[in-house]
Amino acid sequence: MNSLDVLAIRKDFPILNQQVNGIQLAYLDNAASSQKSVQVIDAITEYYRRDNANVHRGVHQLSQRSTDAYEASREKVRNFINAKFDKEIIFVRGATEAINLVAHSFVKPQLNPSDEILISHMEHHANIVPWQMICEQTGAQLKVIPMTLQGELDLSNLDDLLNNKTKFLSICHVSNALGTVNPIKNIITKAHAKNISVLIDGAQAVPHMTVNVQDLNCDFYVFSGHKMFAPTGIGALYGKQSLLEDMAPWQGGGDMILSVSFECTEYNEIPYKFEAGTPNISGSIGLGAAIDYINKVGIYRLSKHEQNLLVSATAKLQAIEGIKIIGEAKEKVGVLSFTLKGVHSHDIGTILDQHGIAIRTGHHCAQPVMKFFGISDAARASFAFYNTMDEVDALIQAIKKVRELFA
Amino acid sequence: MNNSHLRDLYQQMIMDHNKKPRNFRNMVDASHLAHGNNPLCGDALIVYLKLNDDVIEDVSFQGSGCAISVASASLMTEALKGKTLAKAGDIYDEVHRQMTGKGTDQHLSLGKLKVLGGVKGFPARVKCATLSWHTVHAAIDSECDVSVTTE
Ligand SMILES: Cc1ncc(COP(=O)(O)O)c(C=O)c1O
Repeated sequence: MNSLDVLAIRKDFPILNQQVNGIQLAYLDNAASSQKSVQVIDAITEYYRRDNANVHRGVHQLSQRSTDAYEASREKVRNFINAKFDKEIIFVRGATEAINLVAHSFVKPQLNPSDEILISHMEHHANIVPWQMICEQTGAQLKVIPMTLQGELDLSNLDDLLNNKTKFLSICHVSNALGTVNPIKNIITKAHAKNISVLIDGAQAVPHMTVNVQDLNCDFYVFSGHKMFAPTGIGALYGKQSLLEDMAPWQGGGDMILSVSFECTEYNEIPYKFEAGTPNISGSIGLGAAIDYINKVGIYRLSKHEQNLLVSATAKLQAIEGIKIIGEAKEKVGVLSFTLKGVHSHDIGTILDQHGIAIRTGHHCAQPVMKFFGISDAARASFAFYNTMDEVDALIQAIKKVRELFA
Repeated sequence: MNNSHLRDLYQQMIMDHNKKPRNFRNMVDASHLAHGNNPLCGDALIVYLKLNDDVIEDVSFQGSGCAISVASASLMTEALKGKTLAKAGDIYDEVHRQMTGKGTDQHLSLGKLKVLGGVKGFPARVKCATLSWHTVHAAIDSECDVSVTTE
């Protein structure tokens, strides 16, 4: 298989071609949000220029086109994660909304005060707080799978953590702070052996690897469009048909009903039952276009290129005195968190920005991870397939400058 | 690269106060204290005050944060020690004006504190520089321990 033509790809991402503070931009904050190709931007523009109307509501031409495009995107998402049915794909605002939906519609109604919900130590706040909220409301307990100093899940006690009180397991496929790829298939199998349903937070996985929800056999899988080269405000919740059908709706309104009277309302079928109100139609179209783009590039080629960047950046960064890499799992995506002795990550971020380099600084919405490593914050460079070795080198040079400034 | 811009922010004075923060200590007999946090950055500090009527007899701080927040807190403790609350309020207002690029009061000379004006070219960092100042304000205004955030 031939390798990726990064320079050609970069031409598809107009935002990358600009100067920041007088220097060519190196955008290395992809785990926070990724950039959009002209194909995605054009799909959204075309929709507004030609097809815009509400979905599922009109008999007129434009409404039909909008509905078709919206449902075509659902089909693309289904195919992208290899779900069985289109109706198992629910459009949401993003991973956060999807997790909240499952917490409120699926998990909370089953919870009793002595029950437990299991998450892991490396979750994003979006996969901690919704569970804490329903625990608070029901008296259930939140339990945590520990992790190792390498930043991998410590599964040695998993059999005890998955016990007869455990009602639900929710863990990330890939950690946003550490880049760790978790052995989720194994974990799902173990949970299912004890009749525990599982949600996988795939926000950091879908931009980098093939996801097959039927093979994983997870009960729910969630992700955000904006981290996979699609717009903000759109994401997807996958749920197994039988589970979604048994769940009560989360929000009420138009589209999610079959008939309404003041005495009785009959809910629509899935997925519409969970899509109350006018959805993010243009966002879904952008998401469909982003999936087309990823498929065109090829997820295998794309991840191979990112791995090359990660390996090179890790080696070069490690050679700098005072650098500590946070997250050294055997299997990682292109996420590189680090600290530099004596320098706060915000100072690193500001200085790198002056060199045209965009990275993330702070706690990465994963304060328990920071605490585990005894730090309050870290710097994080995260790669996408449009990043180059030159950008890795620019990163390394700029970090050396930071060291000089703070020497 | 915008080195001159960077040098405005990370001046020698800032780097020195970051490395060797002044009045960086607990104060067991503080009459007032407050916690300041920037949850998004992870900056966290405690400011201690000892007031004698309306004079700041002593002021100190502890905590951790970026170079800008630590240096700002350190410079602040030096500037406020021995000042009346009224004078401290004037200094606070003037520092705030300079950090946010809202002009200066010709009658008030800030001396060393002028280096904090370097943040005005870095809007995302203003909150780092103002954290300790908001915290001391909260400490003065409150009889009990309070928490403030500049985010
Ligand atoms: C692992 C993980 N889960 C969930 C989220 C939340 O995604 P969003 O803010 O798009 O809902 C993020 C975003 O940073 C993430 O990295």
